[in-house]
Amino acid sequence: MSVVSISSVNKVFGKAPNQTIALQDINLAIEPGEFISLIGPSGCGKSTLLRIIGDLISPSNGVVLVNGKPAPQARENREYGIVFQAPVLFDWRTVEKNVQLPLEIMGQTPSERAARANEMLELVELTGFQKHYPYQLSGGMQQRVSIARALSFNPPLLLMDEPFGALDEITRERLNAELLAIWARTQTTIVFVTHSIPEAVFLSTRVVVMSARPGRITEIIPIDLPQPRDMATRELPRFYALVTQVREALRGGESAKG
Amino acid sequence: MASPVEKTYSDRQKAPSDTTRVSWLERVRYYLPTALIFVAVLLLWEGLVRGLDIKQFILPAPSAILDAFMGSLAQMVNLGIYTGTEALGGFIIGCALGIGVSLATSRWTTARETLLPLAIAANSVPIIAFAPVMNNWFGVSNQFSKMAIVAVITFFPMMINMTRGLTLVDPSALELMRSYAVSEWKTLREVRIPNSLPYMFNAFKVCSTLALIGAVVGEFFGGTRDALGVYITQEAAQFRFQNSWAAIIIACILGIGFYLLIVALERLVIPWHASVRKTEE
Repeated sequence: MSVVSISSVNKVFGKAPNQTIALQDINLAIEPGEFISLIGPSGCGKSTLLRIIGDLISPSNGVVLVNGKPAPQARENREYGIVFQAPVLFDWRTVEKNVQLPLEIMGQTPSERAARANEMLELVELTGFQKHYPYQLSGGMQQRVSIARALSFNPPLLLMDEPFGALDEITRERLNAELLAIWARTQTTIVFVTHSIPEAVFLSTRVVVMSARPGRITEIIPIDLPQPRDMATRELPRFYALVTQVREALRGGESAKG
Repeated sequence: MASPVEKTYSDRQKAPSDTTRVSWLERVRYYLPTALIFVAVLLLWEGLVRGLDIKQFILPAPSAILDAFMGSLAQMVNLGIYTGTEALGGFIIGCALGIGVSLATSRWTTARETLLPLAIAANSVPIIAFAPVMNNWFGVSNQFSKMAIVAVITFFPMMINMTRGLTLVDPSALELMRSYAVSEWKTLREVRIPNSLPYMFNAFKVCSTLALIGAVVGEFFGGTRDALGVYITQEAAQFRFQNSWAAIIIACILGIGFYLLIVALERLVIPWHASVRKTEE
């Protein structure tokens, strides 16, 4: 069974005659354990698609199933974790309390929560920062806390909306590698929105290329780079070939519309 | 939410004793110029009054004010307690109502959108003009008439600020809570209320000043001789200006004390907020 199954999804913002077609005829199936990147120019609806999968917004029509259930029900069941471009940590909570937030909501006992938060902070290499407040951490560290929070309740699906978009290139590449290690360890299915071609190629099992106005899927490119991937992966000829392929697919989408 | 502050953990791992000593010295250095200017102004004032032979009913010398103050210290303290009670009582009523209305309307967009413009309009009305009316309603010698004035004055800034704090929330934080499928009530408790605390403390600061102004000015329109405002006007009417000035000192002490109390409370309650933690740098 697919983790995410999207069929004939459209999303229209606004009312006629000032309508914007954000998404048009989206069909996509995401299998367990996949790492899917959604890539495309600004306004291609990739963040909108991510939000529809998470039932943060509803599609105008079409069907979205998460783990075989309608998206709203999957959200009620807390079947996904989400990471935004900004870390969205609560300033008034310490690092460990931020990670524990979903566990608190789900009614775990304090000792269960603390143990789980420590485990998660170890996973994102932030052991020792439990009692710090978010403002005491750098941007990259804050985003790692945000990932730890999203994974804390062990969701089968992780939605990530340009999580490293605000970080510098060096931090970004390091976090890319860390994210792959986490993905390998947790076996979570990940849907990842990005602007960056090398990031999409490095991380993904498949890259979904989208075009703007109206937002459509123009191509789905399987990434056959060997696992596990590390910094050396970025030097492989195959890596460059795939980067070129994605870039051309993006350009194709551009020229097709206009 | 958390801003990407460049200051990282490594800055904060100095030995604590070191940082306290440095910050103590820095604090002295920070406040010294202010204290010096304060003393200089007092000396200049004293010198001018004596040198130019300014009549005491125009401007009494600081030494004369201090004499009057120390001479009737017990009475001054009583004036302070009397009017301070009015200011504090009215402050508590006004702020409690402001917070209550704001919390009650935070869930209903229409209620909020109808009430907020009214509150903003009411906030620009010089509410102190209602003081004689309140004195009439609740009795001029009744402390509650002054509390009522203070409550009305503090209600609007409190409600406006609190409503902002409850509604100006990072949209992503609301999406996050939605992803957890939690109730509106839980979102209020986990996101909106903590987010509103800095706004609330700002309103407390504004309202502390307003409360004292409201109480003293309310007393200008009548009250017993235990009240600061009444004492100031009566002494002034009999040309004992040094006494009026002594009472003004009490009003200043009350105002500053009230403010500092709120700042102390703020540091205790929201140590994570930028307005508070800045002093640590």
